[in-house]
Amino acid sequence: MLSRTAANLFWMGRHLERAETAARLLDVGARITLLPNTAEGYRNEWESLLRASGAQAAFAERYGDEITQENIESWLFFDHANPASVASCIERAREGGRIVRTALTSQVWDALNMAYQELRALERQPRARLDTAMLTDFTTRHGSTVRGAINATQLRNDGWHFVNLGYSLERADATARLLDVKYFVLLPRVEFVGSGLDNYQWQVILRALSAHRAFHWAYGGEVTAGKVADFLILNGESPRSLLTSLYEAVWHLDGLVRRYGAEVPASASGRAHETLEQLMARDIEAIFDEGLHEFLSWFINELASISNAVHDDYLSGRM
Amino acid sequence: MTMYYNEMVDGGRVREPYAMLSDWIEAMPAEIRQMKQAEAEALFRRIGITFAVYGEGGDPDRLIPFDMMPRVFLQSEWRRLERGIKQRARALNAFLRDVYGRGEIVRAGRIPARLVYQNAAYEKAVVGFVPPRGVFSHIVGIDIVRTGRDEFYVLEDNCRTPSGVSYMLENREIMMRMFPALFRNNCIEPVDQYPELLRRTLASVAPAKCDGPPTVVILTPGHYNSAYYEHSFLANLMGIELVEGSDLFVDGGFVYMRTTQGPKRVDVIYRRIDDQFLDPLCFRRDSMLGVPGLMDVYRSGGVSIASAPGAGVADDKAVYTFVPEMIRFYLGEEPILRNVQTWTLWKDEDYRYVMANLKDLVVKEVHGSGGYGMLIGPCATQAEIEAFALRIQADPGNYIAQPVLALSTSPTFVDEGVAPRHVDLRPFCLCGDRIELVPGGLTRVALREGSLVVNSSQGGGVKDTWILSE
Repeated sequence: MLSRTAANLFWMGRHLERAETAARLLDVGARITLLPNTAEGYRNEWESLLRASGAQAAFAERYGDEITQENIESWLFFDHANPASVASCIERAREGGRIVRTALTSQVWDALNMAYQELRALERQPRARLDTAMLTDFTTRHGSTVRGAINATQLRNDGWHFVNLGYSLERADATARLLDVKYFVLLPRVEFVGSGLDNYQWQVILRALSAHRAFHWAYGGEVTAGKVADFLILNGESPRSLLTSLYEAVWHLDGLVRRYGAEVPASASGRAHETLEQLMARDIEAIFDEGLHEFLSWFINELASISNAVHDDYLSGRM
Repeated sequence: MTMYYNEMVDGGRVREPYAMLSDWIEAMPAEIRQMKQAEAEALFRRIGITFAVYGEGGDPDRLIPFDMMPRVFLQSEWRRLERGIKQRARALNAFLRDVYGRGEIVRAGRIPARLVYQNAAYEKAVVGFVPPRGVFSHIVGIDIVRTGRDEFYVLEDNCRTPSGVSYMLENREIMMRMFPALFRNNCIEPVDQYPELLRRTLASVAPAKCDGPPTVVILTPGHYNSAYYEHSFLANLMGIELVEGSDLFVDGGFVYMRTTQGPKRVDVIYRRIDDQFLDPLCFRRDSMLGVPGLMDVYRSGGVSIASAPGAGVADDKAVYTFVPEMIRFYLGEEPILRNVQTWTLWKDEDYRYVMANLKDLVVKEVHGSGGYGMLIGPCATQAEIEAFALRIQADPGNYIAQPVLALSTSPTFVDEGVAPRHVDLRPFCLCGDRIELVPGGLTRVALREGSLVVNSSQGGGVKDTWILSE
């Protein structure tokens, strides 16, 4: 497979997942605003969202310090100046797919192109007619259709591994960042930890990851910080947990190593295995002792190194 | 008033090839027709068959209008066209072999040396080189117009990288999907073997140094190119890689592509970029689309390029006038397809005649294409004619003139129902170890009433083209 093709497939997977992340951030934000009002209004909650997506400065540059629901909706969904907005990501995923159409089945292309065409139709509608729930539904619905088409129709070859590698690394990254929102929300108000409000916010995180029902099946009973964090970080059944996502990335990297044999470097696989071992060596108490934010920062950095190693091994076009 | 040949109705009667279509149209109510037309457009858009026009504002994914009314040829009509097209393709390749070799046709005084050796498309870099099997132009697109029941003219030859074949294939797919009964009840020659024939043709011209099954790739300028859809479509149907210049590199006398498993050797490149951009070391130094060192590998027989660099010298509008001469000179045959009468403006007498009759003629730039840079005398205003005359005066050698052809019409769906619109035809002839032609081609139709310009950039559309089998 051409290195450029592999790179486009990998990034197509990342952008598709990233579009869903933007929609999930939007959903978390909207739900947080439904909490009883705090002294500063919604400001803290929205700001935490922006900080988690690493876009505080870029947002300020575009909208000043006016943090309104509408501005954030524009930023996270419609704004092409935000490279992580739903619109940017769908457009880039579709552009990437167009470049490598020969590597996609017609069903996958169809689903991808459909998402793009409907996005453009949505952009032409007056904003008053669109609410947040509709925008997040739009994104997750198209995301599922494309993912379904990929898994139902693509050949299980190296291309499939690259798309899914993109998906899984991005998903691990997204869950880690969403968890970090929690950290930013609660950091200034230590007294809330363990209070009813705290638990409500943890539920919001679960909801945003479409995981609140799954959580109850897995753990039952009361929602506590420990249980939710365990579910989203270390639970191997939870589909978006850090462990599951990383495990999937390792699985796809192993698939590439098996397929390509010893002549192709495998530094990404080695690196991912190491990170997985270190993750599995922890339990949730250890992570809380270490500090959730510190742990998440370490993990996000590890993901970046794995992603760079993928580029070095496969995507840079060794001569 | 010019009489136009109507391909459907001749002498007041519906011609045989269109008989069943005539019933089909009558049985289709207007609302069904509109529904089907909308369905066809949705299909084109969904499949992504668009004609991307970047940098002009507006919709970057423009659809070429598709007319559901097919254009039909009888088997007997097609057989004659087929023989004529293959004859022309053979002669054009013989000409290219000759002018990059001994230049016999020039020595024999059958074509002026200046037209060949001073032609902008003549590549000195390949003089003396004979590509595998002596083929320069592997895909020859010949634009044909009809003016009467048995009168066909060649409007121009395309020896470089003719486009449009994806429309020939997709128009058929869509027609078969929407109107299966039409195909069940009529014997229509299939065209879907084209990609397989193209792959075989390209593999058959692999260089001598290729040991084992040849690796064939398509070289595209990238996804911003208006024909990118076609490039990826063909790569997909042939099961070969679609590469950009940056995916390829030269090492030790061979061309390789960068893959996830390291370098992989490439034997045949079907390029869809112009000569000028192929190799920055040999042609334009600022080209980012090409591959540095490619031409050295090509000349030493390490890789084949289709069409061969330099093939363009056979298809400009000035050399065109000599194609019948080529057929007589190389093949010893009489041309089966006629050329349109052409005045070449570097000749004094032609120049004088053309300048005096601009309002009745079509004037074209020798290297122009896409319907740009041309004057259609009868449709132009006095001011347009005067402005064009000034351009001709400045550089007469850059222009040729032709009479306004009475292009035949084919029935076409329009708002009011069905009406005759002017059409042309581009079949795609493949030249490798054999010369092959699938029964069909791309029919372009001028959708505006009275218009004679079929180019998609000027309001043209496309139709499915049927060859009835016996």
